[in-house]
Amino acid sequence: MTGLALLIPIALGMGLLGLCAFLWSMRAGQYDDMEGAAHRILIDEEDAP
Amino acid sequence: MNAPALPLAFREGAAERPLVTTRLTVPGMKCAGCIGKIERELAKTPGIAAARANLSAKRVAISHDPVMDEGALAAALLALGFESQPVADNPLASDDAERGRLTRALGVAGFGMMNIMLLSVSVWSGAEGATRGLFHWLSAAIALPVVAYSGRPFFASAWMALRHRRTNMDVPISIGVILATVMSLYETVTGGEHAFFDSAVMLLFFLLAGRALDSAMRDRTRAGIGALLGRMGKSASVIALDGTTRRVAAKDLAPGMLVLVAAGEALAADGEVTEGTSALDNAMLTGESAPEPVAPGSVVHAGAINMGAALKVRLTHVAEDTALAEIARAMDEAGQSRSAYVRIADRASRLYAPVVHTLALLAFAGWMIAGAGWHASLTIAIAVLIITCPCAMGLAVPAAQVVASGALMRRGLLVKDGSALERLAECDLAVLDKTGTLTLGTPQADVSKLDAEARAVALGLAQSSRHPLSRGLAAALLREGVPPARVDEISETGGSGLAGRWQGLAVALEKPEGAAEGSLATTLRIGDTRQTILFSDPLRPDAAAALKALAAEGLPARILSGDRAAPVAAIAAALGIPAEAEADPRTKLAALEALKAAGHRPLMVGDGLNDGPALAAAHASIAPGTASDASQQAADAVFIGEALMPVALAVRVARRTMTVVRQNFGFSILYNALAVPLALTGQVTPLVAAIAMSVSSLVVIANSLRLAGAAK
Repeated sequence: MTGLALLIPIALGMGLLGLCAFLWSMRAGQYDDMEGAAHRILIDEEDAP
Repeated sequence: MNAPALPLAFREGAAERPLVTTRLTVPGMKCAGCIGKIERELAKTPGIAAARANLSAKRVAISHDPVMDEGALAAALLALGFESQPVADNPLASDDAERGRLTRALGVAGFGMMNIMLLSVSVWSGAEGATRGLFHWLSAAIALPVVAYSGRPFFASAWMALRHRRTNMDVPISIGVILATVMSLYETVTGGEHAFFDSAVMLLFFLLAGRALDSAMRDRTRAGIGALLGRMGKSASVIALDGTTRRVAAKDLAPGMLVLVAAGEALAADGEVTEGTSALDNAMLTGESAPEPVAPGSVVHAGAINMGAALKVRLTHVAEDTALAEIARAMDEAGQSRSAYVRIADRASRLYAPVVHTLALLAFAGWMIAGAGWHASLTIAIAVLIITCPCAMGLAVPAAQVVASGALMRRGLLVKDGSALERLAECDLAVLDKTGTLTLGTPQADVSKLDAEARAVALGLAQSSRHPLSRGLAAALLREGVPPARVDEISETGGSGLAGRWQGLAVALEKPEGAAEGSLATTLRIGDTRQTILFSDPLRPDAAAALKALAAEGLPARILSGDRAAPVAAIAAALGIPAEAEADPRTKLAALEALKAAGHRPLMVGDGLNDGPALAAAHASIAPGTASDASQQAADAVFIGEALMPVALAVRVARRTMTVVRQNFGFSILYNALAVPLALTGQVTPLVAAIAMSVSSLVVIANSLRLAGAAK
C-alpha cells in the first residue's frame, strides 16, 4: 500500500501537467488558426541567397 | 492620404513611440504563399514592425508605428495585391470568449474524468475499506472543483431558463449532475459503497464536447462571412468651411454637412448632390446592376458606391434616418419571428425533462413505499437521473450538424448555425430574386461583332474605369486574349462615358443615344465609326439544373424581383417558373408574409438590400457571396461562386442531417428504454452507468460521421 502513496500523486501530477499544458497552449493562441497552421508548414523560410 | 510624409515621420520618432496593433480583414488570403508573402513583405514596409496572418479568420494583425492609419496599411497590402478592410472593433470578440470558456471547461472536465476514472477502476476491481474511502475522498477532491468549473455553462443556462419559468435541456442536466455530486459526497462521508463522481464528470465532459462542437461550427462560418462583410460606408470625408477635409465616422455625421465622395467610395448617409456629375452603383439598395447617373440636385442614398468622378454631397438624412437604416429596421422586425423558432433539441427536452423527472420521482416514491429506506430510494432515483441524462441527446444534434456543415462548407456553402440547418430542412417553397441570384449580377459583354482593332481600343479604354459595364467589357476582352491598345488622355465623365485618344483618333465608350431606359449597352466610337456593344446579365450556368434539383426536393421555385417586368418575364419563361416583378422591399416582405400565412415555409434566396426584409422574414434564407452586407447578415447561409447548385444541395443536406438527428434521437430513446428498467430496479452501479454513457455517445457520433459525404 505504500506504493499508492507514491503512485497516486505521480498520476495526478502528470494529469495536472497535461491540463496546464493544454490551458497554456490555448492562452498562447495555438488553436486560433488551425487552417493557417496546416498551410504554414509549406512556407519556404529560407530567402534565396 | 498622408502616406508620402510617412517615412520621415517614422525616422524621427521610431525609437520612442510604442507600436500599436491593427487588424485588417483580407478576404483574398488563401494559401501558404499568401501568408508568406504578407508576413515577409509587409514587415519590410517602413513603419510596420511585424505582421501575423490568421488564415482561418482571413485576418492580418499588423503591429506598426501609430503614425500609420488604416488607409496607409490598406495601401501597403494593396501594393502586395491584397484587398483589405479594417475590422470594426472586433464584433466577434464575445463569441471568441465563449468558445474559449467552453474549450477550457472541456479540458478541465477531460482531466477530471480521466483521473477519477483511474480511481474508480480501482474501486470497481475490488478496493475495500480504507483504500476505497481514500479513493472516494480523492475523487471528491477532484470532482467538486471540476463540476463547479465545467458545469457553469449548464448551470447558468438552466438558471436563466428557470428564472423565466421555462425549461430547457440544461435543467435536467444540472439537476442530475448536482444531485449525483451531492449524493456521492454523502456516500463518501458515510463510507458508502458507490460514488457517482465519475458519472457526473463524464456526463459534463460529453455534453461539453457537444457544446464546443456547436460553437466551433458557428465561429467557423461567421469568420468566413465576416471576411466577406465590411463594404458599406462607415465614415465620410467632411469638408469644413475653410475647405479642409477630415474623416468622420458614419454615426457622428449630421444633416447639413458637406461631404466629399471620392470615386470608388461608398456613401455613408443620404443627401443631395451639390457639385459634380457621376454615376452611382445603387445595387445594394435596388438590386439594379445598371449604374444611375447623378448630377447636382440628385438625391443619393447611403450604401451607394460612386463609380465615376468625385462628388460633393450635402447630407439630409444621417444614421438612423437613412433609407438604408429604414430597411435595416424592417429586417429587424421581420427577423423577430425567426428568433421565436424553437430548436429541435429544446423541443425534445420539453417532452423529455418532465418524463425523466417524473420517473425519478416515481422511483423514489415507489421504493419508499416498498420500504427500502430513504437512502436506498434516493440512490435509485439519482441512478435514474444519471442513466437517462441526455448525454447522447446532447450530442445527437450538434454532432450531426457540425459534420453536415463541414461537408457543405467544402462545397462553397457557409451555414451560420444549427438552427439554420433545421429550418432549411423544413422549407417547402423557394422564392428567388433575379438580379445577382438567378443571374450572375455582373454584366457580360457581347464582343463577337467587334474586329481586332476595335477590341484592342475597347480594352484600352475599358480597363481604366471601375464602371460595372467597363469592368464587364474588360473581363470579356481579357478572356479572349485581346492585347490592349495604348489609349492616351483618357477622361471619364460620370453618367456619359469614357473618352481618349488612340493613334491621333478620338475614341470613346459612350452611353448609346436613344437607348431604351435601363437597357445595358454602350457605344464604341473610333473616329467617326460607331459600334454598339450589348451587355447581358446571364443566368448562372446551372440555374435550370439547380431549380430542377430544388423541385425534386419538393420545393417549387418562383421569382420575386425588384427589376422591370420585361426582363423578369423573359427569365421566368426561360426557366418555366412563375414570376412577380417590380416588387419593392415592402412588397417582397408582404409576399413572404402572405406565403407564411398560407401555411408555407418559404426559402428565400436573394442578394440585394431590397431583399433584406424578405430574407429576414422567410423561414430560411440563403444569399450569394456577392450580396450586400446586410443581406448576408440576414441570411442563414451564404454560397460562394458562380453555381446556384449549393442552394439545392443545402436543402438536401439539411434534410439528410435531420434524418440522422432523428436516428440519433431514436437511438437515445431506445437506449433509455433499455437502461431505465435497470435503473428503476436498482441494478445500475457506477460501472454500468459509465459503460452505458460512453457507448451511447460513441454510437451517436459514429452515426453522425456518416454525413461527411452527404454533400457529394
